[in-house]
Amino acid sequence: MTQLLVITAIVLHAISGVPGLLFKRSADAGQKLSVALSTFGTVVGITGSIASLWFSTPKTSIIAIDGLSVIFLLPIFLISTLGSIYGLSYWKQADHPDNGQKLRLFYGLVTAALAAVTIAANAIVFLVAWEIMALSAYFLITTEDKDTAVRESGWVYLIATHLATLCLFGLFALLHSATGSFQLSPLTAGAVAPGVFTAMFLLALIGFGLKAGLMPLHMWLPGAHAMAPSHVSALMSGVLIKIGIYGFLRLCSLLPEPPLWWGGVILAVGVTSGVLGVVFALGQHDLKRLLAYHSIENIGIITIGIGLAMVGRTLERTDFVLLGMAGALLHVWNHGLFKSLLFLSAGAVIHATHTREIDQLGGLAKSMPRTALYFAVGAAAICGLPPLNGFVSEFLIYLGLFHSLNSGSGMTWTAAAFAIPALAMIGALAVTCFVKAFGAVFLGVARSEHARHAHEAKSMMTGPMLALVGFCLAIGLTPLLVAPVLEHGIRAWEPAAFDSGQKLTMLAPLGWLTIAGAALIVLITLGSFVLARRLRRCGVNPGVTWDCGYAAPASTMQYTSSSFAQMIVALFSWVLRPRVETPAEQPVFANAAHFHSHVSDIVLDGVLRPSFRFGAKITSSFRFLQAGNIHAYLFYIVLFLICLLLWR
Amino acid sequence: MLISQIIVHVVLLLVMPPLLLGVIGKTKALFGGRVGPPLFQAFFDLIKLFQKGSVISSTTTWVFRAGPVVGLATAILAGLFIPFGGHASPVSFSGDLILFAYLFALGRFFTASAALDTGSAFEGMGAAREVTFSCLAEPALFFGFLVLAKLSGSLSLTAMLDGPMPNSWGAAGASLVLVAASLFIVLLVENSRIPFDDPNTHLELTMIHEVMVLDHSGPALGMILYGAAMKLFVMCALLLRIVAPFDSGNIWVDWGIFAVGMLALAMVIGVVESIMARFKLTFVPTFLVAACLLSAFGIILLLR
Repeated sequence: MTQLLVITAIVLHAISGVPGLLFKRSADAGQKLSVALSTFGTVVGITGSIASLWFSTPKTSIIAIDGLSVIFLLPIFLISTLGSIYGLSYWKQADHPDNGQKLRLFYGLVTAALAAVTIAANAIVFLVAWEIMALSAYFLITTEDKDTAVRESGWVYLIATHLATLCLFGLFALLHSATGSFQLSPLTAGAVAPGVFTAMFLLALIGFGLKAGLMPLHMWLPGAHAMAPSHVSALMSGVLIKIGIYGFLRLCSLLPEPPLWWGGVILAVGVTSGVLGVVFALGQHDLKRLLAYHSIENIGIITIGIGLAMVGRTLERTDFVLLGMAGALLHVWNHGLFKSLLFLSAGAVIHATHTREIDQLGGLAKSMPRTALYFAVGAAAICGLPPLNGFVSEFLIYLGLFHSLNSGSGMTWTAAAFAIPALAMIGALAVTCFVKAFGAVFLGVARSEHARHAHEAKSMMTGPMLALVGFCLAIGLTPLLVAPVLEHGIRAWEPAAFDSGQKLTMLAPLGWLTIAGAALIVLITLGSFVLARRLRRCGVNPGVTWDCGYAAPASTMQYTSSSFAQMIVALFSWVLRPRVETPAEQPVFANAAHFHSHVSDIVLDGVLRPSFRFGAKITSSFRFLQAGNIHAYLFYIVLFLICLLLWR
Repeated sequence: MLISQIIVHVVLLLVMPPLLLGVIGKTKALFGGRVGPPLFQAFFDLIKLFQKGSVISSTTTWVFRAGPVVGLATAILAGLFIPFGGHASPVSFSGDLILFAYLFALGRFFTASAALDTGSAFEGMGAAREVTFSCLAEPALFFGFLVLAKLSGSLSLTAMLDGPMPNSWGAAGASLVLVAASLFIVLLVENSRIPFDDPNTHLELTMIHEVMVLDHSGPALGMILYGAAMKLFVMCALLLRIVAPFDSGNIWVDWGIFAVGMLALAMVIGVVESIMARFKLTFVPTFLVAACLLSAFGIILLLR
């Protein structure tokens, strides 16, 4: 029954873009119909997924819904529908007659395929759904395919995603060789040589890591997120990259008796991804690229949690498994919520100002107060600040890492000893980056004409953002409510996690977080009340900003986002390799001078592009072989056949 | 925990912080051969500021007013997690040290945003420096917590600092010396003291924390001063318990020891401020990295 509900939801999402194709390109009716189908599908799907937690359904050979699937199904349905409601105003069919229909067709398909991946019980079903998802995402990224930059980002994505699929082919071939079937069911320890398990683990790490955007494998992510329409970026960053995490978790749960170094590798990859993701975000000038790099950072945080849980499985420490997995799974939700909130508010900014350049914006809190407030909530949440949801998941991961201090094995606690300060550093860097983004975009004075004429987004756009703000606050203030769902997810991943009788609520004082959050809100309210009262009593004179004595501060006097990040970019210049063009020395009567700084991606622009260019140069010297002359080709065939005959 | 103890804790937390500023000022005056402002000058300043009118730039929004409020609220709440002397803190649970650190991060997020809200170049510089330095101060703080958590085998500030502290000195004195040194650097940086920052300089261009609040005036400035004093107090209390874990056995005598210890620590800060010159701004990250490494060595010493 519950399976039927989820499948109905998937079908509804899959066809949600189809009716739109039958309407005129300039008509809005198709879009409204598709939003209605998507909303209905989401209601059905969320009901079905939650119900399946309590009413266990028999597994079939094609479909299986367990706790882990539900954890991923809920954000897929929720964020997809919120995005399509947002699209009613952001990507109105009448405004985008060329690509609106295409966008909604693939938007529905990608949602359905994402949901199908999470309930696949069979490698073939998994791969088919995976490919539909990967290809639909390509068409979503290239929505505005008239733009060269968009096509190029789509191309990079297409190569990356096929590399991932190639790894998955290898992975499932090994699975088949180990078990003799394509079922995604747990393997037994002695079934094949340990080397095969290691190969499967590494293939999964690369294949799923490419999709998730783990640090050296993230090359497609910043461009794709920046170029897609904002509600598509929200869906991609919020849920699509998480499907990589899902796949990795699912596969890890199948592999028996993981050696300790697997957990160590995952932890190391997570820390690298987390620190470098946020450092690269700090160097960006494009609002959406900045947010995209933060996805890499948050995937890193999730990966740290998974690494801890894997170590826990090896050492049979249920507290590591419970806290690490709970933190990772909750962060999957949280990142889905606050990152789509941030992308949607960034979309509202772009809609109002027609620019993504942070240094062109400024002062939008005055003209777009609601968007500014929602962005501020999302920014505080992504930095892991209390009393919002990001803090809860990071708290769980911290707690798990601290728990490893009292493990007997010296190796593990040393690893934890360095993951904790790294996590602290990620948090502080994220604060820096979001103070920069929030400050440069919404605070101060407008830096360009675009920003000066901004207007508040329509309620179709602010409504979904408000809903996401509500979820961020709800999870942040009452984490106890989500604990049972998380425990279902952990049980599906590692059934032995509850053998020792430990429960998540016993390990993590989630109730105290509610009390502390409430106390914080009371204190802030009280403080605001006192300040407002004092200001009213003592009087307020409006004035200009006291910029150390300037009579008429101008917008160009403000600190820009690049100057704000300059110190950190300099500290990390060994990895960021910023390109800075400083103005030449000026004569006494100075001319107009320009300063330009740019941080390009180290993997894509630093390694891949040059090596591909080098490869092209080498191979182009063989180009004379393919002259387009049919006689020559026939000659090659004859030569080749003679060689074969001589060889045998 | 007795209700009377909670009341003493909260009263000390709310009343004592400005006194530390007075002690620091007096110590510096002593070194300079001056009489200096009275011990209670910070109280007089606060009372005066709360009665003054304010000028608020028309560039600003609600964020400008949220900065002081959130800064103060987070400092108060964080103060409830720290044990004062040998007394348990009013609130403690497993992992409260994480909340403790992140509350200050929340305060920093809003004070830095409030600075950017004015659209002033100087305040932007201050905000950038504040958040940049905290990127290195935060790992140092957590390295310190790691050592304390490993030594005590617990994850709440009270359990970490309260009972086992005197014994830890015997077991791992070297690690604790390193942690104390590291936390002292963090304390000086985070509270904008010489040699890392000089609140009294006449040049806004070189300041860190103080330049962020240039535009705040009246009650809002009062809240900022009060919040900053409280942050100093809370971090001093953390450090004091590590360097001087004395328990007399009588709870009321312990409160006395705590109060005297805090004033002594303020004097130490005053002495440091008097005998040192300010470092170049570019040296601050170097010292913070050193603070991280000191605590990291503290952990390595525990590996034996």
